[in-house]
Amino acid sequence: MAEPFLKIDHVRKTFGTTTVVQDFNLDVGSGEFISFLGPSGCGKTTVLRMVAGFEEPTSGSIVVGGKDVTRLRPNQRNIGMVFQAYALFPNLTVAQNIAFGLKVAGEPRADIEKRVAEMLDLIKLQQFGDRYPYQLSGGQQQRVALARALAPKPKLLLLDEPLSALDAKVRVSLRDEIRAIQKELGITTVFVTHDQEEALSISDRIVVMYGGKAEQVGTPFEIYNRPATKFVANFVGTLNVLEGTVTDAASGRVKVGSGEVLLKDKLNGSKAGDTVSLALRPEAISLGRQPGRETTLGGEISEVSFLGSVIRVRVGLGQEAVSLDTFNSPASPPPAVGDKAEISFSPDDVLVLH
Amino acid sequence: MKRFFAWSAFLLGSLIFILPLIGMTEFSLSMRRGEYSFDAYASVLSDPQFRQTFTYSVVMALVTIVFGILLVVPTAYWVRLRMPHLRPIVEFITLMPLVIPAIVIVFGYIRLYNTSSWLPLTGTSTGTNILLMFGYTALALPYMYRAVDTGLRSIDIATLTEAAQSLGAGWVTIFGRVILPNVFVAVLSGAFLTFAIVIGEFTLAALLNRPAFGPYLQLVGANKAYEPSALAVISFVITWLCMGLIQIVVRLAPKPPAQSH
Ligand SMILES: Nc1ncnc2c1ncn2[C@@H]1O[C@H](COP(=O)(O)OP(=O)(O)OP(=O)(O)O)[C@@H](O)[C@H]1O
Ligand SMILES: [Mg+2]
Repeated sequence: MAEPFLKIDHVRKTFGTTTVVQDFNLDVGSGEFISFLGPSGCGKTTVLRMVAGFEEPTSGSIVVGGKDVTRLRPNQRNIGMVFQAYALFPNLTVAQNIAFGLKVAGEPRADIEKRVAEMLDLIKLQQFGDRYPYQLSGGQQQRVALARALAPKPKLLLLDEPLSALDAKVRVSLRDEIRAIQKELGITTVFVTHDQEEALSISDRIVVMYGGKAEQVGTPFEIYNRPATKFVANFVGTLNVLEGTVTDAASGRVKVGSGEVLLKDKLNGSKAGDTVSLALRPEAISLGRQPGRETTLGGEISEVSFLGSVIRVRVGLGQEAVSLDTFNSPASPPPAVGDKAEISFSPDDVLVLH
Repeated sequence: MKRFFAWSAFLLGSLIFILPLIGMTEFSLSMRRGEYSFDAYASVLSDPQFRQTFTYSVVMALVTIVFGILLVVPTAYWVRLRMPHLRPIVEFITLMPLVIPAIVIVFGYIRLYNTSSWLPLTGTSTGTNILLMFGYTALALPYMYRAVDTGLRSIDIATLTEAAQSLGAGWVTIFGRVILPNVFVAVLSGAFLTFAIVIGEFTLAALLNRPAFGPYLQLVGANKAYEPSALAVISFVITWLCMGLIQIVVRLAPKPPAQSH
């Protein structure tokens, strides 16, 4: 990456005696869309609020556009913020809400009017300028909040779970809209969510957080397919975990149930007899033998759920069990519980969890 | 059966309140023997002292309201925003004027600020007026604080404050453009209550020897027959006008219902 636009450097935050954020580091490139993903209480909001200036880091620094803003007050940072609860000013109309930041900045009236019209266009609410927030749906209110944050042309856009208060359909359409607007304006954005699908679908990169630390930073593809830690693997997507016993560390052989798995890489730091956890995504496993998926294990079908276009099948392998997805095909009936079955997968898709 | 009791209670209550009112109004209209007339009202309204004292009290009420708003709204806002743990204490303090009689307050004032003290406020009439305004503010504090605090509860002040800050607003802008307009209705009802209290107040004004409406009411009551009733009716109408204004403002205010999030 070239010079990062936002640099969060060794930031720590404690409230009283509890450490909420510990040694958080992140470089965000200009125009990048970054998501903070993690369970409740992991410190996502706290990091975001330190970037916005609502909390002061206990130590460390935050640099935006080459300028250290760590000790600046929030109203001096020119950073746009969108809140979960919209936080529109109830006494102002939509247009007045959008104009708020411009008025505070003392822009000339004509410029303000032009910019407000532009923003109303951007969020496709041209007809709604004179309405009050309470006359809008949740999704519309959040779009107004987005326009209000963007109107003063902030250096950075921060969104704290902006979609959590909305129902499922609006959530999906609005997240695509947010992403489209972000790309159009090219604004550097940090988006907080605890919804992995949301994070995977709209981010350039994701920061998976746990216990006040960044567990992994990577593209959605990397996070999903190459989780760096057990936590990331479990938190993002569905995962099958098989406990196995190492039979030969040097060649990467692991015994699972009555079968054996040959790994792509050797097992550094393990010796024969150690137990290891192997993880597989459901879509990496096939029912029956498949070209390109050389490793096979035998078992018995224990559960079949028909989900429409896909059928989720659970296969017992002695002590262990895995879930896998097969496509529905009208020509052949789904497998039945109790059938003997063989599963296959590629050694490339096996994740070794440490 | 239940209905019957409810209605009788209502009727009894109405009688207790309305009968004396009717009686008083009737009496105030009977200055001329044998027929109803507004003579008592004419007499009251033509008394220059009535106009002087009433104007004085109205001005004092307005000044008290402005001072009360500037004192209470920022305090209640700050306590809610930054020191929520102090709320019970502040609430207790604002209740004190209900338990401490006005006469105690005023004797305290006179002792502290008399002409031989370090801050001789009672030495000049402006000083005494300021002292009186402080006293009025204290008397109105329980109502003003409660009204404003309730108004603040209906909006998410913490998030609205942060939203305004992220848009570049400083404290003055936040207070004037975000907080005050959103608690406007609550502030107004506090203001009208303050007005009603100040207009009828007797103890503070009498003991500080200011030409206010309360002492004038008392003076007229002690010396005349029909005029006190007319004055009482006028005060009563003013009070109810205040209440009516609160209602109208609440209805007409452009402020939408509080957001439910
Ligand atoms: N002002 C505060 N004082 C004390 N503790 C706090 C404060 N703010 C946050 N915390 C604690 O810090 C931790 C992280 O909080 P934070 O709000 O950052 O979590 P989050 O990841 O945003 O969670 P969620 O998904 O629920 O919003 C929590 O355990 C919380 O209790
Ligand atoms: Mg949060």
